Amino acid sequence: MNKKDKLNLGNDVNWKEISPGGVINEPGNSDKFKTGDWRSVKPVWIKENCKQCMLCFPVCPDSSIPIDENGKRLDFDFDHCKGCGICAEVCPFSAIEMKDN
Amino acid sequence: MSKRDRLSGNEAVSVAMRQINPDVVAAFPITPSTEVPQYFASFVANGMVDTEFVPVESEHSAMSACIGAQAAGARTMTATSANGLALMWEMLYIAASSKLPITLAAVNRALSGPININNDHSDTMGARDSGWIQIYGENNQEAYDNFIQAVRIGEHPDVMLPVMDCYDGFITSHAVENIELLDDDAVKKFVGEYNPGESLLNRKNPISVGPLDTVTHYFEHKRIQAEAMKNAKQVILDVAEEFEKLTGRKYGLFEEYMMDDAEVAIVIINSTAGTAKETIKGLRAKGIKAGLIKIRVFRPFPVEEIAKALSKVKAVAIMDKCDGFNAAGGPLFNEVTSALYGRADGIKAINYIYGLGGRDVSVQDIATVYDRLLDIVNTGNIGEVYNYLGVRE
Repeated sequence: MNKKDKLNLGNDVNWKEISPGGVINEPGNSDKFKTGDWRSVKPVWIKENCKQCMLCFPVCPDSSIPIDENGKRLDFDFDHCKGCGICAEVCPFSAIEMKDN
Repeated sequence: MSKRDRLSGNEAVSVAMRQINPDVVAAFPITPSTEVPQYFASFVANGMVDTEFVPVESEHSAMSACIGAQAAGARTMTATSANGLALMWEMLYIAASSKLPITLAAVNRALSGPININNDHSDTMGARDSGWIQIYGENNQEAYDNFIQAVRIGEHPDVMLPVMDCYDGFITSHAVENIELLDDDAVKKFVGEYNPGESLLNRKNPISVGPLDTVTHYFEHKRIQAEAMKNAKQVILDVAEEFEKLTGRKYGLFEEYMMDDAEVAIVIINSTAGTAKETIKGLRAKGIKAGLIKIRVFRPFPVEEIAKALSKVKAVAIMDKCDGFNAAGGPLFNEVTSALYGRADGIKAINYIYGLGGRDVSVQDIATVYDRLLDIVNTGNIGEVYNYLGVRE
């Protein structure tokens, strides 16, 4: 492995620029791995039913329920949500519904 | 500044290992490579090196430990043969694709089955597409010299690939020959310090090694790996040139023996080249223009150079100490004939499988191959391409 400054881990990197040996030298890089296109069903957030109870965001395996600076959940991060449906399952207020992607 | 000694091939390689003083050696014993870690373990026990010696429980573990150590930033070495190399198989590919320049003394032995401990090349030929650089040596001196150069070749920034130093089991590994050793300091200076740009133990720049590589990146990683193998050819020549300045011993991609005016030639690997040179001396005394090419670098394969070296011969026999079971010819035959295709067409090429499982090959045996080549030149009739030398018919 040779020294390269921050490796280009983007999906469009060519072979000359890619990290030799598959090394990753950038922490937190899983954010760049867009898993959203694995999804066959998607969660739909029904805002008017949501009580901001915060049961959904800790169970999301893909950290795809963003929280703002006031501690309120926002709409899904569809770049990374795989559509597993755990959030819809735990929601006591029918504020998340799974629909065809 | 060198020292003359008499050592077996394994002893010579273990001395090279001691002189290099690597950070880690992880190995598991297997005939005929056992002596390499055995001698080296005594150097460790006697405090002659600073190496962390890891006596692992299998060759798969040996190569796994080497991968971990090399990725951590340690200069790492091992040795094995035959089924030991086969047990490393999975990890050989991972070492190469992770671009970890591990050095391996690959003491050639027939790969089971049937089980056999003697020499042929079926072990390393099987690993020819694993992404490792493969350098072969005829005798103890070459095994020693190649091992020292292997470190420099593998660790070159344009290469960063693991290297096998291949030499014949028993014939080279156990036979004691005169040898010229470099001074310890000269070897240390020649190999220098190993400074990987990135490593697992570099806390200032944390990295992950060997992550999942999906459809979006895998192909590009294989392409960059292929480029490193292409780059290796020039690096091998540059390192050889520097080595020659130090020792006076000249190395290239292959050795040409009596090839200047040769009309018939054989292409061969490792110790049997010595036997063939004796045959050639006899033939030359009778006025027969016989020559030989001894492959030193099999990976990367010197395609253009081989085609050029063979371009003047009328007939060539490519000698494989390993069968390919493709029902057409051995691995060296495939490589050489592909090299000739489109570069030096029209040369009559035949293949001989010889010496499997340690079957002895004599000067007279090689003479029959040249007889056959002369017959092809005289009659123009190539006959059977895929042949066996020394099997009971």
